Amino acid sequence: MTMMTGAEIVIRCLQEEKVEYVFGYPGGSVLHIYDALFKQDQIKHILVRHEQAAVHAADGLARSSHKVGVALVTSGPGATNAVTGIATAYMDSVPLVVISGQVPNAYIGQDAFQECDTVGITRPCVKHNFLVNDVHQLAVTMKKAFYIANSGRPGPVVVDIPKDVTAAKCKFEYPETIQMRSYNPVIKGHLGQIRKAVHLLLEAKRPMIYSGGGAILSNGAEQLTRLTRRLGFPITNTLMGLGAYPGTDRQFLGMPGMHGTVEANLAMQHCDVLLAIGARFDDRVIGNPDNFSSLPRKIIHVDIDPSSISKRVKVDVPIVGNVPDVLEEMLRLLDAGNASPDPEVLAAWWHEIEEWRAKQCMKYRMKKSIIMPQYVMEKLYEVTGGKAIVTSDVGQHQMWAAQYYKFDEPRRWLNSGGLGTMGVGLPYAMGAALQHPEMQVACVTGEGSIQMCIQELSTAKQFRLPIKIINLNNRYLGMVRQWQEMFYGSRYSESYMDSLPDFVKLAEAYGHVGMRIEKPEDVEPALRKAFIEHKDDLVFMDFITDQKANVFPMVAAGKGLADMILTEDL
Amino acid sequence: MRHIISVLLENEAGALSRVAGLFSARAYNIETLTVAPTEDVSLSRLTIVTSGTDAVIEQITKQLNKLIDVIKVVDLSEAAHIERELMLIKVRATGKDREELKRLADIFRGHIIDVTESTYVVELTASGAKLDSFIQAIDAGLILETVRTGVCGIGRGERILKSLIRANCRTVKEIP
Repeated sequence: MTMMTGAEIVIRCLQEEKVEYVFGYPGGSVLHIYDALFKQDQIKHILVRHEQAAVHAADGLARSSHKVGVALVTSGPGATNAVTGIATAYMDSVPLVVISGQVPNAYIGQDAFQECDTVGITRPCVKHNFLVNDVHQLAVTMKKAFYIANSGRPGPVVVDIPKDVTAAKCKFEYPETIQMRSYNPVIKGHLGQIRKAVHLLLEAKRPMIYSGGGAILSNGAEQLTRLTRRLGFPITNTLMGLGAYPGTDRQFLGMPGMHGTVEANLAMQHCDVLLAIGARFDDRVIGNPDNFSSLPRKIIHVDIDPSSISKRVKVDVPIVGNVPDVLEEMLRLLDAGNASPDPEVLAAWWHEIEEWRAKQCMKYRMKKSIIMPQYVMEKLYEVTGGKAIVTSDVGQHQMWAAQYYKFDEPRRWLNSGGLGTMGVGLPYAMGAALQHPEMQVACVTGEGSIQMCIQELSTAKQFRLPIKIINLNNRYLGMVRQWQEMFYGSRYSESYMDSLPDFVKLAEAYGHVGMRIEKPEDVEPALRKAFIEHKDDLVFMDFITDQKANVFPMVAAGKGLADMILTEDL
Repeated sequence: MRHIISVLLENEAGALSRVAGLFSARAYNIETLTVAPTEDVSLSRLTIVTSGTDAVIEQITKQLNKLIDVIKVVDLSEAAHIERELMLIKVRATGKDREELKRLADIFRGHIIDVTESTYVVELTASGAKLDSFIQAIDAGLILETVRTGVCGIGRGERILKSLIRANCRTVKEIP
């Protein structure tokens, strides 16, 4: 067996893991690795303009594909810049392997140039991390990193490699599988618990299914759809779970939570049996947990992470297991018992839900001369036939995209739900566009968020990524402005942004196509032009939208789910 | 409620800080924490004394189990167990206090392990509560220095916390 350097081993491991794209930025401590990267052509390196974007782009690739995203950054500032990306992926359980360079072993702890305690800094926001101080441990550590990242509840894993390790040589042996005595995620759910759950579901008078990001991460959308249809129950998908169940289906009640629909929130609140699947009863979803728990209802919770169960809300039937496995078992039990819920009981519940739905809480008033942001989302949906991958940043535009774009399939909607990181939209779109060159990729953003990673327009040019940027430009940090209007007596403290760039010129400066759209009647033609005529170009569409538009319905922070504020001027 | 949680974890650099970091990040309380390698040097055994409602303790054990380096977690205080803590206490021992302190150490089954003209160091092993009462029993003005190891605990009888070096060694507590 030939001897290989640590750097060559890193690249070989990535090849073994069938990694296609590595997002990164070179620097002193990773020069050996970049040299090894140069000498091969299997793995393509995407040179970003800031390490944060490298991690976000790897994250976007992972979210859109069920693959492990890989980022490569240098020591010190390279690693600290990556932290926001890592924390973003951690909060949404996205599988990533982030390789960071480190100063040579002999320099560690000496405050060397570009030294930082990467393992220490990232510890609270990774699933696991490693400092590899011996080249003999490198291959097995890389194997562990990929295994940990993409099994159980997925998450980011950091592998920190001192420069001398990347230069040292040893034999390359890559283990095919790995066993860890301290890590063995549960896959199959407890059969007794699943039986109990199925019994509860069949007896329910007002059942409700609530599924989250876990249903998508586990590739459980297909089983979720079959189970929901088999039972005929209403279903809601959280912000992270949109697309797990077809958004255009009648049984789908829309998104729950702070900006959820009336029908989804009231059904969550008033159901007697709630089947929670890969969701975590987050504060933006159930509002005040005491209010939520004050109503009698039985909760079944399926999750691969035991610590998610009974964390915020006490659960009656916990099922630890992989979503598709557990749901498949539920379906099997239903079929074996030839059992179905009582159609009359269910019809009465649906009748109640339809009354809530009839309130049409997503309605908004069009204006003659000003573009309504909701309208742009509706037109985006029409023009792309509902088939695009849509990424978003964080704020009002994120909520409008989630509310008005109907996702019929999983892994089409990429956003930072947990950490709420502004600036993810463009790098997410880059990752998705590389992974799915055949698909339309739209980045819905605002003039605040887009400027947090605007430098990536340059990366998008270098790699010819035909992303369509939908900038909902209201000259305000919209969500901050909305809260200030509603809860701070309209004192708009620092939420107005002056001196915005001319985004058309900016896009053109980077070599892209820029458009400015100011009238409602120009919205659709502009979108068509962008998606059809400029199919292969990155198009930056700067939509000048209504400054007063707010996101409704809204459950104020700390309030109960039934306590919704609806559009005031309808 | 006070709980004693025993954790078996990989004896690796950084493993302890993962546990300590978890407690501070999630605002769990730590009263004492002790750690040392076991008879198998690849493993460390850690004992944490903490307190919280049942829901908090449930989360603590689940979150500990979730750490990749953690092999096993047991709440010792759920069943019969023994706990001990070691204290070294340096006291001012002059004049009539010398005799009194010696007698007190005997009553508490402590040992005087260092003697100078003016000081004693008393070694005392007992439950944490007993160490507290020893401190209470001594005139506060005589105490020069105390150092305590924190609690370590073990289950009684056949209750054994050991790593089964097999695939399915990770216990995931399922609530009935």
